[in-house]
Amino acid sequence: MNLNATLFVQLAVFFVLSWVTMKFIWPPLIAAIDERRKKIAEGLASAEKADKSLAEAKASATVVLKEAHAQASKIIEQANRRSNELVEEARGTAIAEGQRLIGAAREQVELDSNRARAELSQQVAAIAVSGASKLLGREIDAKTHADLLDKLALEIERG
Amino acid sequence: MQRFLMASEGGHESGGMSGYISHHLTYLANKVQHGLFDINVLHLDTIFFSILCGLLFLIPFYFAARRSTAGVPGRFQAFVEMLVEFVEEQAKGMVHGKLTYIAPLALSVFVWVALMNAIDLLPVDLLPWIAHNIFHIDYLRPLPTADLNGTFGMAIAVLLLVVFYNIKVKGIGGWLHQWVTAPFGMVKITANPLTWLGAIVLAVVNALFTAIEYVGQTLSHGMRLFGNMYAGELIFFLIAGLGGTATVLGMAGHLIMGSVWAIFHILIVLLQAFIFMMLTLAYVGQAHEHH
Repeated sequence: MNLNATLFVQLAVFFVLSWVTMKFIWPPLIAAIDERRKKIAEGLASAEKADKSLAEAKASATVVLKEAHAQASKIIEQANRRSNELVEEARGTAIAEGQRLIGAAREQVELDSNRARAELSQQVAAIAVSGASKLLGREIDAKTHADLLDKLALEIERG
Repeated sequence: MQRFLMASEGGHESGGMSGYISHHLTYLANKVQHGLFDINVLHLDTIFFSILCGLLFLIPFYFAARRSTAGVPGRFQAFVEMLVEFVEEQAKGMVHGKLTYIAPLALSVFVWVALMNAIDLLPVDLLPWIAHNIFHIDYLRPLPTADLNGTFGMAIAVLLLVVFYNIKVKGIGGWLHQWVTAPFGMVKITANPLTWLGAIVLAVVNALFTAIEYVGQTLSHGMRLFGNMYAGELIFFLIAGLGGTATVLGMAGHLIMGSVWAIFHILIVLLQAFIFMMLTLAYVGQAHEHH
């Protein structure tokens, strides 16, 4: 047990160390810790706020999406209906047009056949006249025998 | 180590060990000590290593504090902050009062004592060998906490703080009142002269117990740390003495036991520093309590 003046030196060092720590080391460290703690608290608070607004945004997005779905299905339905209408309309027009064309063609055919028949009857009459004149040996005056020729042409036409 | 063992054993195998140890237990002092207390003597080794450890604490912590930011901390800053928060938590729990000085005090005590204790983990002959071969110093005890002057210096500093905070918190009158009324309380003084006598006896007994309490807590505060570190140091000497036999068995024993004891001692180094800090806080905290 050697107690001596070392004790007082150690005592003084003790106070110097604690004083320096109090003056220069402790305050900046505690300030940094407290500030960081505040920052973290703020960060957590804003994160919570962001979470909340995200949830709100999600909810409103769902509403908007639902509306959009409804609208879209309505539009699709309308489009379907309209397309059906268009198809029906087109079909109607096409049928009418076709019938019109068929009618016209038929008329044309009739016209042509009538004309051909008329021509043919005339030619037949002419052939008949010429044949008859050859047979009779003299000229047949078409004007004097017009009644006969017409009757003949009519018969050919009927036959 | 071998050099010291040979230098001190003087050819005798049995005398060598005690010579080696007593050589290691001799302080580097300016004068020869006379008696239990000698005001003229200074242990230069204790003072040197105390201040060195103090600087080893202050300088890195000072730079950590100066560069501290509230942003993402570096590794060292994170370590320092962890210590600061830990110590502040302990101080808050133990002392109900202003902590502007007490919390930094606890931090400096904890780190300083831990660093001083950690010198014990260096090989016992390393620092004396350096002292001998480079500075031509023959005796060196590098462990300041295995010197009663070192531990009592701190314990008495804590006692002074306890007195200071007692007076600051309770006033000099309140503190003196506590001396004569605690721990046994006081009789109610009436016209009966017996109560006067009782009051005087109680006051004397209370004052005596309070004095014993202060002396006891200071002694145990200083002795606890000293005892642990002194015993640890002695065991390191004994283990080193095993290796000093220069036999295979001795050196294997030195290696194994030295490793085991050093690993165990890491715990003691930190635990004793922690206990010293906690007792400091407990005593200062008591000074803040009103009875």
